[in-house]
Amino acid sequence: MVENRPLLTVFSHVVLLAGVAAVAFPLYVTFVASSLPLEQIMSVPMPLVPGDQLLVNYNQVLTAGGTTGSKAPVSTMLFNSTVMALAIAIGKIAISIIASFAIVYFRFPLRNFFFWMIFVTLMLPVEVRIIPTFKVVSDLGMLNTYAGLTVPLIASATATFLFRQFFLTVPDELAEAARVDGAGPLRFFKDVLLPLSRTSIAALFVIQFIYGWNQYLWPLLITSEESMYTAVIGISRMLVGGDAANEWHLIMATAILALLPPALVVVLMQKWFVKGLVETEK
Amino acid sequence: MAGVSLRDVRKSYGKTQVIHGVSMDIADGEFIVILGPSGCGKSTLLRMVAGLEVITAGEIAIGERVVNDLEPKDRDIAMVFQNYALYPHMSVYDNMAYGLRIRGMSKAEIDARVQKAAAILELEEFLGRKPRELSGGQRQRVAMGRAIVREPQVFLFDEPLSNLDAKLRVQMRGELQSLHRRLGTTSLFVTHDQVEAMTLAQRMIVMNAGRAEQIGAPLEVYAKPATTFVAGFIGSPPMNLIPKNGKLLGIRPEHLEPCSPADASITLEVDLIEPLGADTLVYGHFGDGDGARVAARLHASVDARAGKLPLRYDPAQVHWFDPQSGKRIEG
Repeated sequence: MVENRPLLTVFSHVVLLAGVAAVAFPLYVTFVASSLPLEQIMSVPMPLVPGDQLLVNYNQVLTAGGTTGSKAPVSTMLFNSTVMALAIAIGKIAISIIASFAIVYFRFPLRNFFFWMIFVTLMLPVEVRIIPTFKVVSDLGMLNTYAGLTVPLIASATATFLFRQFFLTVPDELAEAARVDGAGPLRFFKDVLLPLSRTSIAALFVIQFIYGWNQYLWPLLITSEESMYTAVIGISRMLVGGDAANEWHLIMATAILALLPPALVVVLMQKWFVKGLVETEK
Repeated sequence: MAGVSLRDVRKSYGKTQVIHGVSMDIADGEFIVILGPSGCGKSTLLRMVAGLEVITAGEIAIGERVVNDLEPKDRDIAMVFQNYALYPHMSVYDNMAYGLRIRGMSKAEIDARVQKAAAILELEEFLGRKPRELSGGQRQRVAMGRAIVREPQVFLFDEPLSNLDAKLRVQMRGELQSLHRRLGTTSLFVTHDQVEAMTLAQRMIVMNAGRAEQIGAPLEVYAKPATTFVAGFIGSPPMNLIPKNGKLLGIRPEHLEPCSPADASITLEVDLIEPLGADTLVYGHFGDGDGARVAARLHASVDARAGKLPLRYDPAQVHWFDPQSGKRIEG
């Protein structure tokens, strides 16, 4: 692929540019729409340069919310989304790292059975068990609560599996050296395993944060009060029906706002994220 | 400091027995090498002393104390692992200090011990570095430093030099020796490398398939191998074993010398010559045609050629073994 073939170069750039356009153009349109007054969006064709309503629109969604459909301010939704994404990401990591520690470093009866039980649940996404889960959460009175939003999503076979794979690559001698040094299991976990897992934790955090942020079906089911809407749900609730009835400028502004936190997490943690996926520091 | 005694130590995994009763008394301050091929149980034996493997039967005592049921940390030992097992995220200083911190030692005392160990091992300038920023030999020294700072009764070394390149291995061998002279701590050193064993050991245990074939000082083991296994394992090339009169005749390659055909004890059909500079190794079939391979170490001045080579040996250098049991026949 180091040959100098101008036509091929041109061709590949065209393909790449088309790809970028396909991804970036809708984002751009969303941004432009969020800066226009509603009448201009409804005009045909819609202008493709940003308008002057940017601050007005964002100010309205952040503080007051829409006037039709959902009336919750987007700042509340963003807060709810953040709580949910953080609780899911941190909860998943905390539980699965302890579970994998037990599975890898302790010998107990039916150890493999339990591992496979966890592993098998990989095949059961939230959607499959959503009705019984809803029933449980509802009976526990956790509808419209943060606990209801997060707890059912916290158990994670994927994260447990990933940590298990990582722990298996940590040389046994490290555990033995710690034992000779006099470190008990928890001390070893805290002083050796946890610091070694830093990059894996960071990578999982990014993945799980986005997973939590993008949850749609579950929050849709269990939140009925506007004060508990997440950003993703908020957007869908703002769509009330016919094309003309929607406040597109506010919906687009909300969409842009909902997009920022996960993008920010990815950008800020990118270095760690990549390290966690490729690095083997042992 | 203290000695170590092994009393009929056995180890089984389920029904498979891997250590078949090893007994030995190690004096205080002695440097013992456990030598054997892979899978002979030498590492298992060491790990049983360390407390990393459960002792199935028998007794291990460090000093006067039977340690069978003690955790590694309570046995007052320190261990150096083959891959060093340094904590990758800790600095050299922290690696050495970790065990002491767990024991709740005061900061000043820890610092004093680490600095002292670092001085002995010439690691002062590396104390702030992470293990991955060190070369193999430096990591090796950190692993030893981690053992030294604990000031244990017994050092346990599990093939600590096998990950180093040949030159460094020779250097570290020397450093280990001088370290032992200096600290005088009882040491158990596991290796499969006979040169390490010969040079480091005050006494060595040659192990084969879970049994101690011979225990003794290196030169004594070399000069009087107790079994054909020891004869064949120690020495490079190993002792020649030639069937003769229903027994096995053992003769070291260096005890064979060229002579006139009339004086020949054996006549070798040479098919491989390895000039090493100082001396020349010749290999061949034993002339009588029963196929026994024989190696001879000849002085480099001997002009070795393929073909018939008459050799003789001094009867005083001959060893006899029983072909069935493999045991040495004295006399």
